Amino acid sequence: MNVASKPALGQATLDDRRLAKVSARDVDVFYGAKQALKSVSIDIRPNEVTALIGPSGCGKSTFLRCLNRMNDLIESCRVVGSIWLDGEDIYTSGLDPVQLRARVGMVFQKPNPFPKTIYDNVAYGPRIHGLSRSRAELDEIVMTSLEKAGLIDEVKDRLQEQGTGLSGGQQQRLCIARAIAVSPEVILMDEPCSALDPIATAKVEELIDELRQRYTIVIVTHSMQQAARVSQRTGFFHLGELVECGETEQIFTNPRHKLTQGYITGRFG
Amino acid sequence: MIDERTARRLARRHAAERRFKLYGMASVAVALAFLVALLVTIVGKGYTAFAQTEIAVEVSFDAGAVKEGDFAGLVKSALAARFPEVTARNEKRELFGLISSGADRVLRDMVRDDPGLIGQRRVVTLLASDDVDMVVKGHVTAESGRLNARQAEWLASLRQAGAVSLGFNTTFFTAGDSREPELAGVGGAVVGSLLAMVVTLCLAFPLGVATAVYLEEFAPKNRWTELIEVNINNLAAVPSIVFGLLGLALFLNFLNMPRSAPLVGGLVLTLMSLPVIIIASRAALKAVPPSIREAARGLGASRLQVVTHHVLPLAMPGILTGTIIATAHAIGETAPLLMIGMVAFIVDIPAGFLDPATVLPVQVYLWADSPERAFVERTSAAIMILLAFLAVMNLLAIVLRKKFERRW
Repeated sequence: MNVASKPALGQATLDDRRLAKVSARDVDVFYGAKQALKSVSIDIRPNEVTALIGPSGCGKSTFLRCLNRMNDLIESCRVVGSIWLDGEDIYTSGLDPVQLRARVGMVFQKPNPFPKTIYDNVAYGPRIHGLSRSRAELDEIVMTSLEKAGLIDEVKDRLQEQGTGLSGGQQQRLCIARAIAVSPEVILMDEPCSALDPIATAKVEELIDELRQRYTIVIVTHSMQQAARVSQRTGFFHLGELVECGETEQIFTNPRHKLTQGYITGRFG
Repeated sequence: MIDERTARRLARRHAAERRFKLYGMASVAVALAFLVALLVTIVGKGYTAFAQTEIAVEVSFDAGAVKEGDFAGLVKSALAARFPEVTARNEKRELFGLISSGADRVLRDMVRDDPGLIGQRRVVTLLASDDVDMVVKGHVTAESGRLNARQAEWLASLRQAGAVSLGFNTTFFTAGDSREPELAGVGGAVVGSLLAMVVTLCLAFPLGVATAVYLEEFAPKNRWTELIEVNINNLAAVPSIVFGLLGLALFLNFLNMPRSAPLVGGLVLTLMSLPVIIIASRAALKAVPPSIREAARGLGASRLQVVTHHVLPLAMPGILTGTIIATAHAIGETAPLLMIGMVAFIVDIPAGFLDPATVLPVQVYLWADSPERAFVERTSAAIMILLAFLAVMNLLAIVLRKKFERRW
């Protein structure tokens, strides 16, 4: 089987990549000598939720972390190929990764609020990027971010309490609020619900659906039900290759590749 | 139902656990016993050093003697007046030996503070000599001590008259070293220790933390940084006297810095505590969860911002604890300071970083080496002060850790 030589099944790429919010072409990622991603090409469309699924170690998280250059932090990691954000190459142009991460926010697998107050957690991004000129403006950003993250009713009376004192689901929504506060264009979510109970998961999923109006979202998930519930498009990764990518409904009802079919029907993975 | 074999195995496992607990408690008890024995010995021997024998005599502030500055003469004439029957020259010398040779300073200070005293008579409590002090405190009997029969008789007569008393020994805290035990104090050594510690803290803390932060957060992981890491770990295990020799060669011989100075002592102690601080700080930095770094980087914080806003504040309790323990260790260090001349007999209290000084552990070493019986209790008392110093520092470490500790 050699998927790398031909484009992935379905419509992973657009004819004009400038129409995509994020566009990846022939992305290879190496950890030292080991190749973790093989020639991945995908276009992520604006204001859609794109889910990346696949068995553990298939490279979906690695790909996600390429999109805001978080892989730069790993010394042995090397990225080949091109990734564009709004038509700008994020790897070769003069784009500062610090600036890039303000445009491409990230929510991690485990809720990781700073051990600071709820207010300071959300205000941190705007503060370091100088997004507010006054205290009132900063208050405004914090409140709207918490509101957009659907957390405002639960925390509005205790903004000065520690963010780490919230429940797991609340912490994850706080992390989402923190990511929203810097007004990113794209939000990357790396298995955001894997540490949450079903009720908290439902809340976060609802939130993801709402956020789609304003942001482009890429979500890595282990749960196929979650991919089916929240995403418009789904990409299936296997052993570092993007095997198939298409509309979520089509992937789940009528997969074209037998690997995809095997995975979604639970025969492996 | 448990069968017999399982039951036997279970019983053996429980017995092993009980045995292990017992060993643990026994070792804690032994350690505590040693500690208690140490403290009891030191305190038992040393607490008397905080009191000092004084003898009250009536001094007449003779105008002529005061004008000449002969305050020792005043002491002598006061004693001669107290014991008019003593006339022979050698007997008189023995009589004057009851009072410390530094007693005249008290009279000088009195006259300086109140010149109206001249020509008057006052009862003044004068510092007794160390031989008298030892007898009064009961460390030696009048017969076995260095007082002869006549001196013992005079002392007995003074005690009968109620002229001999024990007062709080302020000299011990304020004075520098002296050949006369009753005039010797730890003041100089405490100041010397403080000065050296200031130098050590001011240099070792920023240098150590900066090194640790660079190695942990910024440096690429390659052969060079690995080499540096191995060397730092090795340096932490180098005997302290070697650092003393290095200080002697580098600071005194090459850089021509002054001998016995707290500045040089502090520099040597800095060299010694740097590796420990670096290792402790790196461990504290490593203990900060990577998820915090990722969160900050994901929001677009630069490396330096990640460190200063998140990692360092979270690692601070560990860094502070490591630094304070390393500094406390440095305060108790004697060997490297011997090499740079801080073992000298220094009477003056150092006023600056370049003045000759000694430090507390070296003072303990010097006194432990002195033959006078009165230095035995002073040695123990100096150890008590050194231990109090260390206890306060460790307490500070705990308080700081508790204060900055955060959960995540």
